[in-house]
Amino acid sequence: MINIEAVKKIYAAKSGKVTAVDDVNLNIDAGEIFGVIGYSGAGKSTLIRMLNGLEIPTTGEVSVAGYKVSSIKGKELRKARQEISMIFQHFNLLWSRTVKENISFPLEIIGIKKEAREKKVLELIKLVGLEGREDAYPSQLSGGQKQRVGIARALASDPKVLLCDEATSALDPQTTDSILDLLVDINKRLGLTIVLITHEMHVIRKICHRVAVMEAGKVVETGPVIEVFKKPKKEITKRFVQQVIEKDETKDTIEQIVAQYSTGKVVMLGFVGESAEQPIITNLIRKFEISVNIIQGKISPTQNGSYGTLYIHLDGEKDEIELAIQYLHSQDISVEVIEA
Amino acid sequence: MIEKFLPNVDWEMMWQATVETLFMTGFSIIFTFLLGIILGILLFLTEKGNMWSNVVINKILSAIVNIFRSIPFIILLVLLIPLTIILVGSMIGPKAALPALIIGAAPFYARLVEIGLREVDKGVIEAAKSMGATPITIIFKVLLPESMPALVSGITVTTIALVGSTAMAGVIGAGGLGNLAYLQGFQRGQGDVTLVATVIILIIVFIIQFIGDYITKKLDKR
Repeated sequence: MINIEAVKKIYAAKSGKVTAVDDVNLNIDAGEIFGVIGYSGAGKSTLIRMLNGLEIPTTGEVSVAGYKVSSIKGKELRKARQEISMIFQHFNLLWSRTVKENISFPLEIIGIKKEAREKKVLELIKLVGLEGREDAYPSQLSGGQKQRVGIARALASDPKVLLCDEATSALDPQTTDSILDLLVDINKRLGLTIVLITHEMHVIRKICHRVAVMEAGKVVETGPVIEVFKKPKKEITKRFVQQVIEKDETKDTIEQIVAQYSTGKVVMLGFVGESAEQPIITNLIRKFEISVNIIQGKISPTQNGSYGTLYIHLDGEKDEIELAIQYLHSQDISVEVIEA
Repeated sequence: MIEKFLPNVDWEMMWQATVETLFMTGFSIIFTFLLGIILGILLFLTEKGNMWSNVVINKILSAIVNIFRSIPFIILLVLLIPLTIILVGSMIGPKAALPALIIGAAPFYARLVEIGLREVDKGVIEAAKSMGATPITIIFKVLLPESMPALVSGITVTTIALVGSTAMAGVIGAGGLGNLAYLQGFQRGQGDVTLVATVIILIIVFIIQFIGDYITKKLDKR
């Protein structure tokens, strides 16, 4: 659906040339939710804006939904843009128009008759859950409602691709989740391809199928979200993954706890994918003469499986503990014995 | 009672002058509005980084606007006499003041339009672009509606300035309240005529301001 080939974007700034996007290659399939994560200035914003021709690459090619957006202009580009919608961090609604009129705007651009427009707008209002707010002005809406209008507006032209430019970055955590749920719903119901950029790993974890990590204009790591969580290769990716597992915080607590136990062993278990749903602890207690004490644990679902960590304390006969740890090793999970 | 305090006021003449003032203001404001909007949009769109970014055209337009804005109105009136004769066919009467009034006010309003357009959220313009809007659609469905309160308050200010200019246009025999106040009130030493003419002008200004503020407030849904 989306093909980014050897794309470079160089800006002429006062201090010299700045390479915002540096030799990026990406393929995004139809129906996929693809996330691009990076800190500000990593070039992700420039990258997503090249997908609808708001930015033109200096070199390289971008094709989206069959349109060569990196080279088309005028009428053809405008037509392509009707099939490649975008939602924004600051919503970018017209304050002078009501909810209904805002959603109707892209339909006016396409030149759809008034009656058909109204029918479509009502459908969309229902889809994004804004019934009863049709005649409100954006200033009367909350941030989450504004983004719902943004999404409805983006969907009005029946696009094939939806680009989300930090779409949840201006929202509180709860609203973020409800907007993300809506995006997943739309992706499933309409089979829409979604590309989103964010600096929050939470967003990637919650809704993306695949992720690309960007740093200094380059894509440094890419793969299915669950894989990236399981084995982050680059330092920056590890930092992003930590955002959601809060490893640092856990480490301090664990060290304190380990110091408290004079006998037995503290083990960290890492679950990925299906193993997260297995009754490991039950098996452990049934099979071995040991006591198992759960210290701390966290499991997070992603779009293609869960992952999580669990800290447990094993106590009992030394040999029995060794056998138990061997058993854990034989399972499809990662095991790390934490020494005091 | 009224005649005792205002012995020299000829109400029929006063009414006649009021109508002339209103005619000059009303007629010139329509053209000032149209011309100012067009000029303002062009000034804005040819600015660097905007849709029709063009330094040369922008500089030329800007220079024209600045020149006509800096010429004192009284001089503009005189300078434009030849043009007025071509356009209106006469250099006396309320109609004769129109070209100078419009050419004096339109550049001023164009600047106000430009400022108003600059305040339109860049993100909203970008959103319209990302939907595949044509430049014309962006002008009529985004730029103008989103800057409407600024455009209306701008035209209010311009109209009030125009009322002042019409008074000055009396110099070339354009008629109106200013003319009356000057010829009858000042030159013949009939202070009461000046007073009444001033009060009427004040009332006109207040009404314009009131209407302008009301519409601006009604339009602004931010």
